Amino acid sequence: MIPAQFDYERPASLAEACQALAEDDEAKVLAGGQSLLPLLRLRLAYPTKLVDVGRLDELKGVHDRGDHVFIGAMATHDEVLRAPAVASGCPLVAMATAHVADPAIRHRGTFGGSLAHADPAGDLPAVVLALDGVLVARSAQGEREIPAADFFVDYLESSLAQGEILAGVRIPKPGEGWGFHYEKFHRTAQAWAIVGVAAAVRRSNGAITEARLGLTNMGATPLRAHATEAALRGVELGDAVRQACEQAADGTSPPSDLHAQPDYRRHLARVLTHRAVRTAAGSP
Amino acid sequence: MTVQEVGQPRKRKEDARLLTGRTQWTDNLTRPGLLHVMFLRSPMAHARIASVDVSAARGMPGVVAAFSGQDFAAEQGSLPCAWPVTEDIVIPDHPPMAVDEVRYVGEAVACVVATDRYRAADALDAIEVDYEPLPAVVDMNEALASDSAKVHEAGNKAFSVTITSGDIEAAFRDAPVVIDRTYVQQRLIPSAMEPRAVMADTDGESFTVWSSTQIPHVLRVMLAVVTGIPEHRIRVIAPDVGGGFGSKLQVTAEEVLCLLLARKLGKPVKWGESRSEGNLTVHHGRDQIQHVRLAADSDGRVRGLQVGLLADMGAYLMLVTPGIPMLGAQMFNAIYKMDAYEFGCTGVFTTKMPTDAYRGAGRPEATFAIERVMDELAAELGMDPIEVRRRNWIRHEEFPYTTISGLTYDSGNYEAATEKALALFGYDKLRAEQADRRDRGDPVQLGIGVSTFTEMCGLAPSRMLGEANYGAGGWEHASVRMLPTGKVEVITGTSPHGQGHVTSWSQIVSDALGVPFDDITVLHGDTAIAHKGMDTYGSRSLVIGGVAVVKACDKVREKARRLAAHLMECSPDDLDFAAGAFTVRGTEQSRTIQELAYAAFTAHDLPEGVEARLDSDATFDPDNYSFPHGTHLCAVEVDTETGMVKIRSYVAVDDVGTVVNPLIVEGQVQGGIAQGIAQALFEEAVYDAEGNLLTTTMADYLLPSAADLPNFTLDRTETPATSNPLGVKGVGEAGTIASTPAVVNAIVDALRPYGIHDIRMPCTPERVWRALEGVRR
Ligand SMILES: Cc1cc2nc3c(=O)[nH]c(=O)nc-3n(C[C@H](O)[C@H](O)[C@H](O)COP(=O)(O)OP(=O)(O)OC[C@H]3O[C@@H](n4cnc5c(N)ncnc54)[C@H](O)[C@@H]3O)c2cc1C
Repeated sequence: MIPAQFDYERPASLAEACQALAEDDEAKVLAGGQSLLPLLRLRLAYPTKLVDVGRLDELKGVHDRGDHVFIGAMATHDEVLRAPAVASGCPLVAMATAHVADPAIRHRGTFGGSLAHADPAGDLPAVVLALDGVLVARSAQGEREIPAADFFVDYLESSLAQGEILAGVRIPKPGEGWGFHYEKFHRTAQAWAIVGVAAAVRRSNGAITEARLGLTNMGATPLRAHATEAALRGVELGDAVRQACEQAADGTSPPSDLHAQPDYRRHLARVLTHRAVRTAAGSP
Repeated sequence: MTVQEVGQPRKRKEDARLLTGRTQWTDNLTRPGLLHVMFLRSPMAHARIASVDVSAARGMPGVVAAFSGQDFAAEQGSLPCAWPVTEDIVIPDHPPMAVDEVRYVGEAVACVVATDRYRAADALDAIEVDYEPLPAVVDMNEALASDSAKVHEAGNKAFSVTITSGDIEAAFRDAPVVIDRTYVQQRLIPSAMEPRAVMADTDGESFTVWSSTQIPHVLRVMLAVVTGIPEHRIRVIAPDVGGGFGSKLQVTAEEVLCLLLARKLGKPVKWGESRSEGNLTVHHGRDQIQHVRLAADSDGRVRGLQVGLLADMGAYLMLVTPGIPMLGAQMFNAIYKMDAYEFGCTGVFTTKMPTDAYRGAGRPEATFAIERVMDELAAELGMDPIEVRRRNWIRHEEFPYTTISGLTYDSGNYEAATEKALALFGYDKLRAEQADRRDRGDPVQLGIGVSTFTEMCGLAPSRMLGEANYGAGGWEHASVRMLPTGKVEVITGTSPHGQGHVTSWSQIVSDALGVPFDDITVLHGDTAIAHKGMDTYGSRSLVIGGVAVVKACDKVREKARRLAAHLMECSPDDLDFAAGAFTVRGTEQSRTIQELAYAAFTAHDLPEGVEARLDSDATFDPDNYSFPHGTHLCAVEVDTETGMVKIRSYVAVDDVGTVVNPLIVEGQVQGGIAQGIAQALFEEAVYDAEGNLLTTTMADYLLPSAADLPNFTLDRTETPATSNPLGVKGVGEAGTIASTPAVVNAIVDALRPYGIHDIRMPCTPERVWRALEGVRR
């Protein structure tokens, strides 16, 4: 398809980019374009202007900052996958990123774009939510920190204000004893998740001491499986884990589409959460 | 030159150019002053068009013209249907651009011609169409109900046929076993790598149409018939064409309209579709409801088969729409002997995109039904599915064999192919593992599926096409020219779009004339160069077109023989031809074919009656179809917790007769299997109750990629066809025809202990899970 006409701007600095956005209510940020351009081509979006932030060094790179890893918004999926800081400091991010689309798209699409797009079917929002990431936004007014729990507002809607640019994400490093797994259920290798489960599980002496679970595509936003998280606390590995995971779909409102109806998605959430927790806990 | 070329795994001559982007796709071509066309398409499945106002669009920047259906009404004719399968078939008028009424979502109602595509797209938004909605007709059974809304004035039934052979009543009377099943062949969207594109230009008198088509020759004739432009003033060029799978075996609205626009404006115009436009408006495939009844004795011997089809035509009959289910009419009985057979088919109009040929065309549908039902018979009798087939198939010593549906299979060896496949597959070991998993109650169950298929290929003997009331012949044409320097130019009437004809034809010519493979070029796809042809579809190109090349070479060789005899002052009968040279028997005296080509060119010393050219042409028309066959085996793992199906291993042993190029054959089988698996597991065109297509993008219409498929284990048996001198049978569709039932049989096999006897295609995880939920309750 063919997009409608728009202006294109490539500012030289983050400050200029903020300025360009502040000037035009209908302007949109362009990152890797892997979600935005399809919308333009299908004429589902008609921005007046695209502000291309893809080459801003201030938004790039993955940094080890002691107690957290800072992932620049414009780090591509491929860069995230290869970053040693991610592998050691937040391996769950790498596990999920490996499931995003295909290599070509991973070389263009960005970590920040995936979060700012706020697609509940994207693999990374549930991961950042599960890991209690903190999103850092910049605007002409300055910098703002948004906890992941407050960032995802609705379907394709984040709490970024018009004129705000996501600069990067702080992912706290886990302490001792944590294991991770991302379980993605999809019909073809390059397809979006029908349901996905991001699991971070802490173990001690054969029991689970803490679990953080993010659900992909189980509602209008990524969700935490709070009931299962609570039920898993202090539970021995084994049948009790399965029982706790029976609550994984509680409080969700999964979508209905050609790939799955809600009851099937709820069922999948339970099965996949169990698999993800078991694998994260190191008991296949 | 002693190595025989036919049979060599030659790398394709085409590939270096294709892979390095030195290609000529229609949408990349341009002309001075080229204008761009975009079509406005109906968002309604069924509506009367009260008005179309293009005036605002005409005033938009860059817009050269904008037209509605009214503007074409006097000149656009009706898109052709060349296969009226019955005397009383209803063939509705099919205007390339809708004038009074739209009957499917995506039907063109207006167009804009602009200086670039962006401006044309913007101007589409300015066109106002006033639709008066009419009821959509989406479901075939509902369409046939007496109170259904009508797609066309004449009703929703296009045609009805019944064919009977043998005493069907007797076969079912007192039959110890009767299997009665209904299968749904879901609607598919052919997804060629290259979307369609058309360009048309005129010099004021004559017209050239470039199209991403499989059928430049048929298209030329049809464009003349539809538009009234004299045939000799139309030239059609199919440049590089990136796949078709039947979807480009069509005379499309866009081709006709681009030609008419070039005439109206006196300027070159071009249209290229987007993938989502293509999903809506490339003709669709399959879409049948199959009611199958099979009667058998308690030892598994089949007595009779009764088939009743509803075939969804969509809104109109396109080039061969009604013929597609009829191509299956003689194939449901497949490789099996039986006493009686009945085939019935009703073609049904709905307010959806018309259906037409899609890889296999009628034969995959038939093969699916019979191969599924043979498994059901085996299950009913508690017999191994291979054994049931063995008890019924035609034994190799029985060929030639005339089947219950009246086809004569010239050759085949089902025993050999099956034995080989079973050994490669490790059938017994997998059955043991299956039993073990069942015993353990493993959440991942193993299923084994078989398909012992045959198909009719090499479309087609002209006489038989005539009997089937098809509007053309099935011959093919070739020319072979020796150039003065001894190189060879081959002109073929086939129109390759990914099959590698240039390579295979070179191998054939190399053997026939003794000329090096690299000295041969093959021209095709331009009606001004290849002036005669019937194009490429139905696994016909090698079986008919390849043989035409052989025949033309034979004539060239005989001409060369006369010339050689004259130059060496002997009788033509005293000459031996080998390794590209004629030698006077018992002497050292010889002339190479290259020397003779030069002698014909200089013409200094030609014998009486020999013209100054070493070239010839030939047409070939076979007197029977060819019948490739094979045995495919598939093992799947079914995750009973999620419903996910994973193909664990896949073995295919195909018998396509003589193999010209094993690499190309393997490529065709690999791609074909993938496409058949896609029907079994992934693809489905879904319309909602209002007739909206829901699968307009590849996020909704799932095509598998290499990452979703296992490595296939391929092997062959070679039983040469007796119906053509090359012994070839055709391989373009085999994989697709065979694989779909093998996969579904495997899935059902895994689930049978749960009391599940069918999963509707595509067998999605959700469908498998729901079936399991249904029996767990
Ligand atoms: C075929 C295909 C398959 C895919 N499959 C998957 C998959 O399986 N899993 C998955 O998770 N993703 C998938 N994706 C999406 C991919 O991950 C994209 O990279 C991602 O969704 C968006 O990143 P982007 O950099 O391309 O953002 P863009 O497309 O450039 O932008 C997306 C949106 O975010 C906004 N935005 C971008 N950056 C910022 C910023 N810094 N500040 C404020 N707003 C911003 C834009 O304005 C726009 O609204 C797929 C994409 C394609 C094309």
